Formats: sequence, structure tokens, C-alpha cells
Amino acid sequence: MRVAVDPIQCVAHGLCAELLPERIRLDDWGYPILDGEPVPRELVGIARRAADACPTLALLLEPDGK
Amino acid sequence: MAIATEQALPRILTGIGEEPMAELESHLDVHGPLPDLRRWSPEQIISVVERSGLRGHGGASFPMATKLRAVASRRKPKILVANGTEGEPASKKDRVLLRELPHLVLDGAAIAARAVGAGEAVIAISDVDERSARSLELAVDERQHAGLRGDPQFQLFGAPERWLTGQESALVNVLNGGPGKPTFGPRPFERGVRQRPTLVQNVETLAHLALIARHGADWFRLLGTDRDPGSALVTVAGAVSAPGVYEIEHGMPLEELLQTADGREPLSAVLLGGYFGTWLPGAHIRGVRLAAEHLAEHGASLGAGVIVALGQSACPVAETARIADYFAAQSAGQCGPCTNGLGAVADTVQQLATGTASAGARAELARWGKDIKGRGACQHPDGAVRFVSSALRVFAEDFDDHARHGPCPRCSHPPALPATPIPAFPVAR
Repeated sequence: MRVAVDPIQCVAHGLCAELLPERIRLDDWGYPILDGEPVPRELVGIARRAADACPTLALLLEPDGK
Repeated sequence: MAIATEQALPRILTGIGEEPMAELESHLDVHGPLPDLRRWSPEQIISVVERSGLRGHGGASFPMATKLRAVASRRKPKILVANGTEGEPASKKDRVLLRELPHLVLDGAAIAARAVGAGEAVIAISDVDERSARSLELAVDERQHAGLRGDPQFQLFGAPERWLTGQESALVNVLNGGPGKPTFGPRPFERGVRQRPTLVQNVETLAHLALIARHGADWFRLLGTDRDPGSALVTVAGAVSAPGVYEIEHGMPLEELLQTADGREPLSAVLLGGYFGTWLPGAHIRGVRLAAEHLAEHGASLGAGVIVALGQSACPVAETARIADYFAAQSAGQCGPCTNGLGAVADTVQQLATGTASAGARAELARWGKDIKGRGACQHPDGAVRFVSSALRVFAEDFDDHARHGPCPRCSHPPALPATPIPAFPVAR
């Protein structure tokens, strides 16, 4: 599984980077930068929580290989 | 009258200035009739396109056959959009085509529509481009009266004149009644105009297709290079006495094109591939050939065919600052990295140009360039930072000079890169 961002929906709440710093950091304006790597099994639960926590539902979970 | 086996140029521009090519009769006299499309299966058309190696002429150079197949393989009824919106201020070639050679574009649209199984073809142009609208209306009328077989139902659409209008998803969005901003999610070939699989194809690409259908894939490959066959329309602008639209063979030496357009002063650089393109320093012009595989060695591509010559009397720093501003203003304002990033890039370039930037300004620009890339719903931010980083690299000495001493005498030179003050998106609320 990988995380992705819908850049139009995202308004830089920044929760995702707080919850999943292993894959996500913020740019100078508070918008998430994803490293593009797969989410390891032990972080899948947290990634799901981060996606649910995004107030604009801009954080997306995608199956690998997409 | 053109002969089917003729290899020489012009191809697309044949007859211009000699015959009233906008009229169906002259068009048919010069090019001959289109083969009866109803006898061609969609797959036959696609495989001819594939063998020809035709790529898109709207900027991204995507192989046309791949795109045709992606749309043709969908189940629902399809729609074709011929993209003649030409949002880049320096580009003129699509307008020349629409005004002077509408039948070549409509022929190509008919073939592409047949290839993907579309009964409707929308010809999208800029809503202030009245001359193209008139020429297309007359041409469509003529075809209907002549009872041309195999034509789809043509429809003309005027889209807002803006840098981003021609971006595929933005164009589909405006055709669906939206504000004409790029979208995130399903691509037009999956779900486009009225939710239907939609083929968006630049009008010049369609014009090439009209000739390939007549003369074949092998004929198309008689010109150009292995990886970049055929010819292309280019718009030459800047420090030349004869700016305008030229048809070139892919692989033509850049120097030769600049001589044809009558370069009037020593050049400090040439912008290849338009505003999302790459600067080539003047000292490197010799030996460069205008074909994908050669340009790639310089990190450049022909894009939508815009070539701007920057004379030594113009200031590259002032030009870069002006275009960086233009890019920021033309953002759709939807994605944070674009809205904030391009604004910050433009401000910082402006500070460099006026000698008011901080010591770390260029390092910051380099970091933003990497950070911003690939993070918008469309490639607008990517193209904008590519332009700026290319300028910072090629004009490093000029930027040094401005950062230390502020504006130079050349800064007041009239703008070399046109940035038509076309309205950006209206600000919400």
C-alpha cells in the first residue's frame, strides 16, 4: 500500500505528517510531501488512521503498483 | 498540385499563400480526397498511426497511437476534442492552422473520431479567436453542403483564453460547464466530456493525421529522424526579423531555422519548447538539431514548437522575473504547492533581479524547485519551476550580477518573451 494526496482537496492541516512522519513531511507552506515509498505492514493501521483523520479526506490509500 | 510520393516540405503548409486553402475546393485540389473512412476499421487506422510514429504536437509529445488505443478500448460512446486553444502567448501555429487550413484539421478530426469510435467532435478554440471561429464555421458548413461522408458531428466551442485552458483535464472541465481548472482523478480517456471517454488531441497532430491517412505511414517517415519522424510547425519569436510560423523537418539544425527567420543580432540564448521549455546558451546553438533524440542531450524538447531567440540586448534576468510572475498569476489556485510555491518563486526571482534577495535565495529556489515538482493536479507547477531553474543555470552570471548590483541597463529593454495579459482565473469571493 502507498499513500497519495489529492492536491486540490488538501488545505494543509498537516495531520498526516504528524501521524505518519515515516512517509510524509511538510513543505514550507505546510503541504505534505510524500516520499513515494510503500507503507510497511506495521504502519498500515496508522496510515489508515491518518487517511481517516484528514479533515478534507485528501489523504488517499492506494494499492501497490498503481 | 501535391503528389502523393512527394517528400519535400512543406507538407502541412502546402498551398498557403497560393491557393485559398480555407475553401474545400482548394483543399481537395491540393491534397486530394480523404480515403473513404467507412472502409477502414478503427484498428487499421490505429496501426497506421502506430507505424507512422506520430506524436502529439500540443507539448507533451505523447505517441498518438497509444492515446487512440486507450480511448478506443473503452466501452461507452466516445467524444473527440480537437484542442486548438493555444494558451501559450508565444505560440501561433494552431491559430494559423485553424484560420488558413481548417479542412486539414477537420479531416484529421474525422479520422481520429473514426479510430476511437466517436460520433461527435468538438473543436475547441479560444473564445476571443474570432477569425478561427469564422474559418471553422465556414469550413464545417462547406463540408455539410458537399455531403462529405465519414464526418462526425462537428461542434465549435470557445474556451476562455488562459495559459491553463489547453491542459487536457481543464479543457474537459470547461466543456462540462466548469470553470476550466485542471482536475484530479479520472483522466479524460477514462471519464471526460459528459462522463464519456474523451480523446483530446492538439489540432496540429490532427492535421498530420489527415496527411498520413492519404499518403501512409512510410511516406510520413520519409522526413525526420528515427525517433522523431515527420515535420512540425514551429513558432519562432524574439530577436529575429521574420518571426512567425514555419514548417520544419524534425532534425533540422536550429542554426538554419534561426537564419531562415533572419536573426538580427547575436543571441545570448534560445528558449526551446516554449515557456515550459529549456534555455540553450547562445554558444551551444551550433550543432543542435531539432529532433527529440538530439534535444534530449540538452535536456530540451520541441514541446509545442515555440522557439524564442533572446538577443544580447535583452536582459535574461528581467525576462525570467516577468515570466515567473506570469506563471504565478496563471495558476488555477487550487493546489497549495502551486499557489504558494510559484508565488514564492516569482517573488524571490524578482528580489534577485532587483538586488534585494537574501544570500540564501538561490539555494532556496533550488530546494523549492525539487519540492514543488510533481505535486499539483496538473504539470503547471513543474513547467514553471523547470523554466526558472533552467534560467538560473544558463544565466548564472547575469543573476550574480543582478544580485550584487541590482537592475542593469538592459532591464528596460522591451520584453522579448511575450506574456499577453490574458486574464488569470477570477479570484473567488
